[in-house]
Formats: sequence, C-alpha cells, structure tokens
Amino acid sequence: MSPPLLGVEEEGQSNASLVASSGSMDCLSQSGSGLKERNYLGLSDCSSVDSSTITSLSKENKNNLNLKATELRLGLPGSQSPERDPDLALLKSGKLDEKLLFPLLPSKDGICASSQKTVVSGNKRGFSDTMNGFPEMKSSGYTEGNWIFHASGSESESPQSVGQGKFPSNSTINVMLSSRSSGAQPAAVNKEVPPKASQERPRATNGSSHNQITTNNNSSAPAAKAQVVGWPPIRSFRKNTLATTSKNNDELDGKLGPGALFIKVSMDGAPYLRKVDLRTYSTYQELSSALEKMFSCFTIGQCGSHGTPGREMLSESKLRDLLHGSEYVLTYEDKDGDWMLVGDVPWELFINSCKRLKIMKSSDAIGLAPRVMEKSKNRN
Amino acid sequence: MAYSFPEEVLEHVFSFIHTDKDRNAISVVCKSWYEVERWSRRRIFIGNCYAVSPGIVIRRFPELRSVALKGKPHFADFNLVPEGWGGNVYPWIAAMAMAYPMLEELRLKRMVVTDESLELISRSFKNFKVLVLSSCEGFSTDGLAAIAANCRNLRELDLRESEVDDFSGHWLTHFPDSCTSLVSLNISCLASEVSFSALERLVGRCPSLRTLRLNRAVPLDRLPNLLRRAPQLVELGTGAYSAEHRPEVFSSLAGAFANCKELKSLSGFWDVVPDYLPAVYPACSGITSLNLSYATIQSPDLIKLVTQCQNLQRLWVLDYIEDGGLDALAASCKDLQELRVFPSEPYDMEGNVALTEQGLVSVSEGCPKLHSVLYFCRQMTNAALVSIAKNRPNMTRFRLCIIEPRTRDYQTLEPLDVGFGAIVEHCKELQRLSLSGLLTDRVFEYIGTHAKKLEMLSVAFAGDGDLGLHHVLSGCESLRKLEIRDCPFGDKALLANAAKLETMRSLWMSSCSVSFGACKLLGQKMPRLNVEVMDEGGRPDSRPESCSVEKLYIYRSVAGPRSDMPRFVWTMKTLS
Repeated sequence: MSPPLLGVEEEGQSNASLVASSGSMDCLSQSGSGLKERNYLGLSDCSSVDSSTITSLSKENKNNLNLKATELRLGLPGSQSPERDPDLALLKSGKLDEKLLFPLLPSKDGICASSQKTVVSGNKRGFSDTMNGFPEMKSSGYTEGNWIFHASGSESESPQSVGQGKFPSNSTINVMLSSRSSGAQPAAVNKEVPPKASQERPRATNGSSHNQITTNNNSSAPAAKAQVVGWPPIRSFRKNTLATTSKNNDELDGKLGPGALFIKVSMDGAPYLRKVDLRTYSTYQELSSALEKMFSCFTIGQCGSHGTPGREMLSESKLRDLLHGSEYVLTYEDKDGDWMLVGDVPWELFINSCKRLKIMKSSDAIGLAPRVMEKSKNRN
Repeated sequence: MAYSFPEEVLEHVFSFIHTDKDRNAISVVCKSWYEVERWSRRRIFIGNCYAVSPGIVIRRFPELRSVALKGKPHFADFNLVPEGWGGNVYPWIAAMAMAYPMLEELRLKRMVVTDESLELISRSFKNFKVLVLSSCEGFSTDGLAAIAANCRNLRELDLRESEVDDFSGHWLTHFPDSCTSLVSLNISCLASEVSFSALERLVGRCPSLRTLRLNRAVPLDRLPNLLRRAPQLVELGTGAYSAEHRPEVFSSLAGAFANCKELKSLSGFWDVVPDYLPAVYPACSGITSLNLSYATIQSPDLIKLVTQCQNLQRLWVLDYIEDGGLDALAASCKDLQELRVFPSEPYDMEGNVALTEQGLVSVSEGCPKLHSVLYFCRQMTNAALVSIAKNRPNMTRFRLCIIEPRTRDYQTLEPLDVGFGAIVEHCKELQRLSLSGLLTDRVFEYIGTHAKKLEMLSVAFAGDGDLGLHHVLSGCESLRKLEIRDCPFGDKALLANAAKLETMRSLWMSSCSVSFGACKLLGQKMPRLNVEVMDEGGRPDSRPESCSVEKLYIYRSVAGPRSDMPRFVWTMKTLS
C-alpha cells in the first residue's frame, strides 16, 4: 500500500491546498466525510429542490430559453473560446436566473462543465431522498439523470436538456437528444449528444452510432432510446453492423416487408419482449398457440376459436366469457394507436392494422371491452 | 568476470528466451547481460506508444525485427476519446525506416495510421512480412494498394476492425502475380467489393494460406470457388451468408466445406439465411473457434449449429442464443474455454430475447474449462454470480455488462457487490474484470482484498466515493490498467495512491470527480507520470481548480510529456 504521498489525510485538506475558489462553490465538497450524499456540484441547497419543481421549472425554462442562441453546443461549454465569453458574461449577470434555470448547475463564475457529469453518479444519492421511490425501482439507476443535462453553460442547449418532458423512467442521460425544439441543424445533432459525449463532435461524419442515436430520437417514440455515450460498451464496428442489419429487418414499426412482418409482443410482468412474424400464421388460433408456447402462462381463451375468416363479431356475452374465463387476454395496438382485444376482425385486417401485441391481465383489459364494442358497432 | 561466459554463448542461450517478461528479467542481471540481451532482442511489445519514444527504443534495441504498438486508451473503442487525440504511428515509422531496414513485423492497435505511413512501410522494409492493424483508422484503400504492390514477401495482412476509407476494392489487384507468400488475409472490415477474380487468383497462388477472412461484400455463391482453391485453410471468415435457396449452390458449398479438412475457425456469417447453415456441418467436428456474433439467426438454428461442434473452444454469439441455447452449449461443448455473448439490440430499453443470468450459470456449470467470459444481459442476481464463481474458480477474464447502468439484483433488489465479491474471492487467477450493475464501495473492498492477480479493471457507474478507488489502488497488487467512467471518485484516493500509478501502465477516469487542482499536483509531483486532462470546453485553468476535469488519462512514461497533443488535451507539466 503506497503511503499517502501527497498528504491528503484530513478531510477537505486536499481541497484547501488545491482550491482557490471563493465561497461555497466547491466543485468537490469532499468535506462530507465520506457520506453517501456527495454534493458534487457544491450546491448545498440542491438536495432540497424537489423533483416536481425541477420538472415544472424546466418546462417553463424551455419556453424561455428556446429563444436564445440558436447554435447548439453540446455538453461542454462550447468549443470555441470566443463564443464562451458572452456566455460567461451571461452567467455572471444572470446568476440568479441561472440557479433557477439550471438548478443543478453550480452557479459559479466559471463554467464548470465537467462537474456536471459527476452529477450522474453522485447526485444519485444526493437526490434519492427527494425523489419518489426511485431507489426502490428495479432499474431505476438513471432516472435522476433527467436533470443532469443542464448542458454545462451552453444555455442554448439547456432547454433541450432540462426541459425534457418525455423521458421514460429508465431513460439514461441522452435525454438531450429527444428535444429538437430549438431547430438544431442535423450537423449540430452530433454535438447534442450528452455531456459525456460532447467529445464526439469531431466525429460528426463518422459514427453511424450517432446516426443511430439521431434516428432514434427523431422518431417521437416515447420509449426514447436514451443512450449514454459509450454505453453499453460495444465497438463501433459492431454497432455499425447491427445498425445495418436492423435496417434490413425493419423491425421498429413492424413495417410490411415483402417477407416477414415482425411485431413485438410484450407481456405484463415478463422481463423481455418477443417478436413474432405475423406472416407465419394464418389464423388467430395459430397465433394464439404460438404465443401460448412462448409465454406459457398465457391463454387466449375463446377468442381463437372464433378466428375464422369472415366477419364474426364477438358478442358482448362472448367477450365477457372470454374475460372471465382466463387470466390474460391478448390485445393489440392498431394503427390509430388504440388498444383492442384481438379477435374481433378478420385475420387479414388484423395483420394489416396490428402494430404491436400485448398480453394483458384481463383485469386491465376490462376497460377495453366497451371500446371494442363501440368500434365494432361503428364498423357495422 | 573471469568466469563469465563469452558473449557468443550468452547470445546463444538468450536466443531461446522469447517472452518479454523473461527478456526483461535477464536484462537486469548485470551490465554485460543487459548488453547482450539488448543486441539480441528481436521482438518488442510497447503497450502504450507514449510511454517511450522511438528514439529511446532504437537506442536500446538496435536489431528489432518485430514491433507491436498500442495507441489510444481502451475506452476509445466506445467513442470516449475524441478524434484527433493522438496515437499517430508516423513518427515511429519514420524513425524505424532509418533504424530497422530489416523490420519484418508491425502490429498496431488503436493507432492512427495514414496512407503516408503505409506507403513508407511498403518502401522502407525490404523484408516486410506481417502487418496487423487492429482497430486502427486514418488510412484508405490507397495505402493498402501500396502495401500489396511493394511488400514482396508479405505473409500477413490483417485489418481487423479497422476503419478504412474504402474507395474501392481495386487495391487487391495490386498484389503482383509473383506474390505467393500470403499466409493470412483479413479484410472483413472493408465495405467495398473486391475484384472476385483477383481474389480467387490470389488465393489460388498462395499455397500456404491458412487464414482468409472475407468481407461482407463477397457473396455466398463465390465461396465454394475460393474454398476449392484453398482446401488447406484453417481459419475462414465468410462474406454475406445468404443467397436464394438453390440446391446446386448448397451442394457446391457443402462439398467445398467438406473438402476443407483443416478448418478450425469460422467467422463472418453476415445476413445469415438459416437454410444454408447445414452446409458447414461437415466441418463442424474440427471447429474450435466459432464467431457468430454478426449472425442474426434465432436460437433453434444456433443450437443446431453449435451442438455439432463438439470440440468448440471459443464461441462468440449474439444473445439470440438465449438461455436455452446456452443450456445446449453447456451440454455439448465440454471443451469450451471462451464465451462472448453480444447484445442484438443494445439500445432497446426492454429486452427482446430470453437471455438471462441463467444462461451464463448453465455454461459455468457445464463447461469445466471455461475461463474467459464476456456477457451482455439485462438482469443479474448475486446468487447467480456466486454460483458462477464457485463453479469456475479457474476464471481468468470476466466481463459482465448489464445493459442498464446501476441495475440491482432483480430478486433481492440489493447491489451486486456480493456477487462480484464472490468472483474475485473464488477466482484467484482473475486477470481481467469488468463490472456493471448497482455497486457500492463494498465491491471495491472485495476487489482490493482478493483480486491480487488482477491486471485490468473496468468500472462504470459504480461506487460511492473515494474509498472505493482507494481500495482498488491500494489492494490490487498486479493492477496495470484501470479505466473508470461515471463514478464518484475524487482527489483523495488518487493523490493518496500516486506512487501506485507509476507501477501501472495507465489510468483513465472520465466523468468522475477529480479536480483540476489534483491533476496539477500529480503532474508536478510525479515526474515519471504524464497526467493529461481532456477538456473540450477550453483550458482547464480558466476555471477554478476545484472543478472536476472531464477526462483524465494518466500513464507512466520515460519520454516526458508528448508533443502532439490536440487543443483539447493538456498535460499537467506545462500548465503550471
């Protein structure tokens, strides 16, 4: 064990010897004596900010800040120093605003870009008290990441990052990418990659991984594939190859290809989705048995037996029987985005309009029944 | 003195000593051994091209024939190192062109290689034989043409996973008809179509060809012809493995595979059409290495193929194999030593395949020789990790990537400290470890306590504070490479273990909490360390010293700070 070479034993001593900063704005307040709550941003009042406040603030700010600088500079306080100066001035003067706008940003004189990245890991603990049930969530790891993208001083970017309404609970840092509201040019997109990725900029022409990120976020899918740069750790060559392969499969929207028609099937409580090729089945019964095998606790009940071509409508009574008879029902999301019970339209019509399948608990599906009836009635 | 061996004898004895470690050891016995050894060393491996300068190498070892160099830090593979960082090989080539006219082998990894460098190589070394460019970039097919045309005795040209500016496949035709020496050709990373007839002729006139890795653009129906010209092939990488189902193509292919009786390694398999897989069955019993990591086929087809390969030692595959496939693997392939399972949809928040921790547990139970694992999955438990650890105390490389950062044990909702702790405790020979999932400082305590043979550790989104880093730096005696991202590690552990850093090759820390001030201090106090701060936001000294640096790369060096840093890299020696 190497002796402490540089005499950093006492709490905060390193800071004392190294830090010339004034006031309370320690980037690293290690005076927390190894407490879990590390205030990496040196914002002692940070932890008292509550999640909902931040979100609502963000939304407001999003509107305000959209009017600012159009150039999106990523994560790092811009790359060209000349541009930075006006920003610095802005920060200094708008100190108070800044605190509001970037509640997690150390409102210090310098733009402490890098410190924010630490928030990713550090603030996880810092905010765990204030967030509702986050630590308890299974893969909640990144939820806190939502606030982190107050783009380090490039205010223009901050709206994107902070005003992020759409992220799912599991989203990771790349949340920034989802908002294109300030009309960034595609070229700037690569810069928009989250702070971790800020260094990516020069690779604008290069990474198809970036393109992948871009495409993902341009589609307004709520399950935004928010990505952290360099995570999961997969080499570019592999990423590029995967990207090409998936394009070939056209799997995202279950687009009709000449060959397969893959759509996703999810089941409440199952840890993973499956994909099925609807073209390999010709009746509801076949689909039902295939799914039954895949998700072995699923039963489609009486629905399948009626799945013969021809206009057969489920009568209300049959539907009730179905719902009461089995624990799970098969539902699908159609082109209109509505969730319907499977089985009430002819098979051909079904595969043309089905976007994804979901195996729901029948208790959740009760609410579907009236709609199905209505839609069916409307079709009559 | 009177009793020492004559130099010729020493030299002869030393000629039997090959490994770097042994050579380094004998060179420090005494001055005369040092001299004899340095004149007789033919092969050198430089793990960090900035740890030493070309001049220093040339001065010490005047007669090298084979040089291996690595450039960028490992995390460059995952886009964490900005373009222009460095690792340009040209200065090395230029120096070696003067000093080593008899250079035969160059193996480069993560370096920037320009066409100019390739042209210089092709002109400077008359007896040049081996060029391996692993994960390199900066060159185009023009540079390759120069190599093909001028290296008369070329034996190996291996471009594994490099990024090449692919203008056309024409470069391949630059191999002269007189070139018959090829032993290994790997062009799998290239996009363009090469001239098939040129390729066939080249393959046909090189009787010693053992390794042929084609690129995706070589269609399946071209494969039989190539295989027939090289029935002695030991390692084959196919091109795109798809074609319309035509019986004559299938039988031709099957026949060609059956004819390759030496085949031990298969790879490629892009765009696989499952119907054509049975064509490789005749070769399966001899196969020891199978790379299906680009093959988007489903579990049943994978199982059929894999269970034919009873002698399989290495399998790289996509997670389409699922737990069921891994069970089958565990039952059939008792010689398995290395398993890598890659994610088919790494950016999907939800899983798409039935691959869980159970698959890995099965393989760890069923395959007694398994010692190297890379596994991407979406869920894990401490119990599974403990099982794996107990099943496989012979594990030497264990890299687990749970796709969602900070994922807990899904059964107990606890961090995965105990699981990884079991790995380091039971697997006493562990050399490489990558962590993932929710981890506290506890896991680092286990690592520091038990992982005495650990040489490389990769950490992401883990730990609570400096104590974690301190455990690792103070406890892991064999540590050479440490790479950390997004962890709350700060100054204290780093400064307290500064001397340790000189015993390691390198330390990478990004998105952590190391202050600029600490970096400066390290740079000033440790003259044999290069402390480089990367920050694209401008000079780090324009901000308070307490600010955290974006990226930090510290490595030992006898060459002093480097002179080729881009604008976003600062060395702490000059910034004071």
